[in-house]
Amino acid sequence: MPRINSPAELEEFRKDIISKRDPKRPCIAVCTGTGCLALGAAKVVAAFKEELKKQGLQRKVDIRETGCPGFCERGPLIVIHPEEICYLRVQPGDAEEIVSQTILAKKIIDRLLYVDPITGEKIVRESEIPFYKNQMRHLIGNNIKIDPKSIDDYLAVGGYSALAKALGQETPEQVVEMVKDSNLRGRGGAGFPAGKKWEFARKSPGNPKYVVVNADEGDPGAFMDRAVLEGNPFSVLEGLTIGAYAIGSHEGYFYVRQEYPLAVENVTLAIKQAEEYGFLGKNILGSGFDFTVKVHRGAGAFVCGEETSLLRSLEGKPGEPRARPPYPAVKGLWEKPTNINNVETWANVPLIVTNGPEFLTSIGTKGSKGTKIFSLVGKVNNTGLVEVPMGITLRDIIYKVGGGIPGGKKFKAVQTGGPSGGCIPEEHLDIKVDFDELKKVGAIMGSGGMIVMDEDTCMVDVARYFLNFLTGESCGKCSPCREGIRQMLKILTKISEGKGKEGDIELLEEIAEATRDASLCALGGTAPNPVLNTIRYFRDEYEAHIKEKRCPAYVCKDLISYHIDPDKCQACMICLRKCPAQAISGGKKQIHVIDQEKCTKCGTCFEVCPARFDAVRRLSGVPVPPPIPEEARMIVRESKQK
Amino acid sequence: MSEILLQIDGREVEAKEGMTILEAARSAGIFIPTLCHHEKLDPYGACRICVVEADAGGKTSLVASCLYPVEKNLVVRTRSEKVDKTRKMILELLLAHAPDAPALQDLAKEYGADKDRFAKESLFCILCGLCVRYCTEVKKKNAIGFFDRGARREISFIPEIASKECWNCKECFPLCPTSYLQAAYHLTEALAFPRHSIKCATGK
Repeated sequence: MPRINSPAELEEFRKDIISKRDPKRPCIAVCTGTGCLALGAAKVVAAFKEELKKQGLQRKVDIRETGCPGFCERGPLIVIHPEEICYLRVQPGDAEEIVSQTILAKKIIDRLLYVDPITGEKIVRESEIPFYKNQMRHLIGNNIKIDPKSIDDYLAVGGYSALAKALGQETPEQVVEMVKDSNLRGRGGAGFPAGKKWEFARKSPGNPKYVVVNADEGDPGAFMDRAVLEGNPFSVLEGLTIGAYAIGSHEGYFYVRQEYPLAVENVTLAIKQAEEYGFLGKNILGSGFDFTVKVHRGAGAFVCGEETSLLRSLEGKPGEPRARPPYPAVKGLWEKPTNINNVETWANVPLIVTNGPEFLTSIGTKGSKGTKIFSLVGKVNNTGLVEVPMGITLRDIIYKVGGGIPGGKKFKAVQTGGPSGGCIPEEHLDIKVDFDELKKVGAIMGSGGMIVMDEDTCMVDVARYFLNFLTGESCGKCSPCREGIRQMLKILTKISEGKGKEGDIELLEEIAEATRDASLCALGGTAPNPVLNTIRYFRDEYEAHIKEKRCPAYVCKDLISYHIDPDKCQACMICLRKCPAQAISGGKKQIHVIDQEKCTKCGTCFEVCPARFDAVRRLSGVPVPPPIPEEARMIVRESKQK
Repeated sequence: MSEILLQIDGREVEAKEGMTILEAARSAGIFIPTLCHHEKLDPYGACRICVVEADAGGKTSLVASCLYPVEKNLVVRTRSEKVDKTRKMILELLLAHAPDAPALQDLAKEYGADKDRFAKESLFCILCGLCVRYCTEVKKKNAIGFFDRGARREISFIPEIASKECWNCKECFPLCPTSYLQAAYHLTEALAFPRHSIKCATGK
């Protein structure tokens, strides 16, 4: 392994790597991020290796196992370079055809391409698929181009040139200024200006100083940081190293969730490779700057994403927050000045240093610059990881990138910011995505979770879901958070069971206010958001549950019933056979009837009843009609009467 | 240590740097209620009964007076509509656990808190942590600790340590604002040193 001792040596080494690579040489890049792995990407890689061996092409065609490019919905994904042909939902059985047709005969395999659902047009190149075309992938764009286990791949795409520039040409103060000028705001949720935070830590008296990567991503449905760490751990490591130089720190930590084994593996390996190359350790690139990094695995507590809890946990103590001030920049890890930033924040740093602060300030809105990664999930056609410029509208994310709502259903709300965030209704879909605008409508940017909900979603149930999550994830130290969440959850549960009372909404608001204002940390401070926000926009749904004992979205099981319309039932036996509770009686030519006592309200009968009969009804807030008398259940078909 | 001048309830109060709002208020004879605070222990900031309204840096917010350090020109209100409303709600939430605790009842009277606002919870403990912190910080025995998190958080004696340390100490008992601590102790006692319990029960 070479040790690189100066910026000049780095550029020599980079040239050498690039010169050995033939840009025209075919390369099959297979996404082996967690999503695609779950869909069988490992078998796809094995099939390609086997196939290349069989055809004697091992030395002529490369296979690269990469991180997540984002289109998880259609995995396993492959991209064939240099043509950038993108194939979706690739199975091991497709390997032979892809190698012989696409690699050798240069023919496109139509059935593996993306088909535009509107025009029916087949799209070959990755960058032209609408899902990608409407994004701005500065942070995750390299994921498909590099093997996250290869530092050479990272160097080949320009990696570590930012560190070389910072150490070789800039003073620490200049680096801090650069980050300040870029207006980079923390991507972990609160959006605090990163440069200011760095300056506090730099100026804060005390030694040693620490830098920390907050990779304790815990929002349900969020996987932005995971994808960055799994797909391009070097970018975060490089950002951290630059930050350490700027702040005057010689020791850094990655706090990564234990539940992200691939992220832990890739980060650990990246650190090892960086040490071997001399990007970590003593006298980095001959600058005299020393820096070491360790990986710490978190044990899966949501509250440890809160910075003071994370630091306590890093010290080996229970992950409970402490009051700020003093801020970590003054008293952080082991009471020493500490700068802690989120994964995505650190990943932005090399881009700023390489391209100058204007790179970020040229993108976005007045208050929020650069791009933001979201994990787009829920009732949307293209679920996956998306990186978009700040200032894009929610509507563009959901409809242009996300491809709209599946199944012809109506959009109801989009939830941003995780459990502490809020649900944004249709009327606000045209607001610009930026830290301040989202706050105005009662939601938050958060770390980038984005859950799309359609008309079949009950907003009382959504609030109940998030409060249930938080009741187990609050650390339980301070009373407004622990007890407030407990009581709000109880009330929401009662409302969804049809036991809500007049005055419950007001009581929820009163508890929410105390919890928000009096809690010790941001978890409690934002925990009432799902409640306050759904009341703000969907009060009518709460009132329907409380006053009419009706769930308008037909979700709350205690408030709904299924009923078979005797005038429409054709006795086809389908629902009767599929009912898992054997609650449907009837037979051939006998109208089917649901036994309400046995019914578990799973909705199977409603889903399986053929559309041409449309006999199963969902009822809520009205009594179930009595079953038709036994003697009237026989269906006499006119054609057969004669 | 330099002197810091701040305003509490309209009065000029002189405080030393590093003091908390609570300490500054008490030194000036201004009362702020507390439940989890104890002079021998590090400030903890868990019960939040001591919240006060503070104007600092151009914004007004509720802060825990037992933790918030005094600042120059800080304006503090220990009673305001917001403070009282928040304290009332916190009390009602805690009274669901310990409706008979005298400390809570006195405060409930002051703030008009209804002890029956929420249905009775099974756990008597209000998790002020006085016992846990006293045992850790003053006695340095760690015989009692917190378990689990969120709504499932509880205190519990650790039988292995309790059987050696607690019998002759019990200094945490009078600190408890509810009757839960003794109950938890008796349970541990029965488990950890049954000999003693039998002796007590039979009077031998």
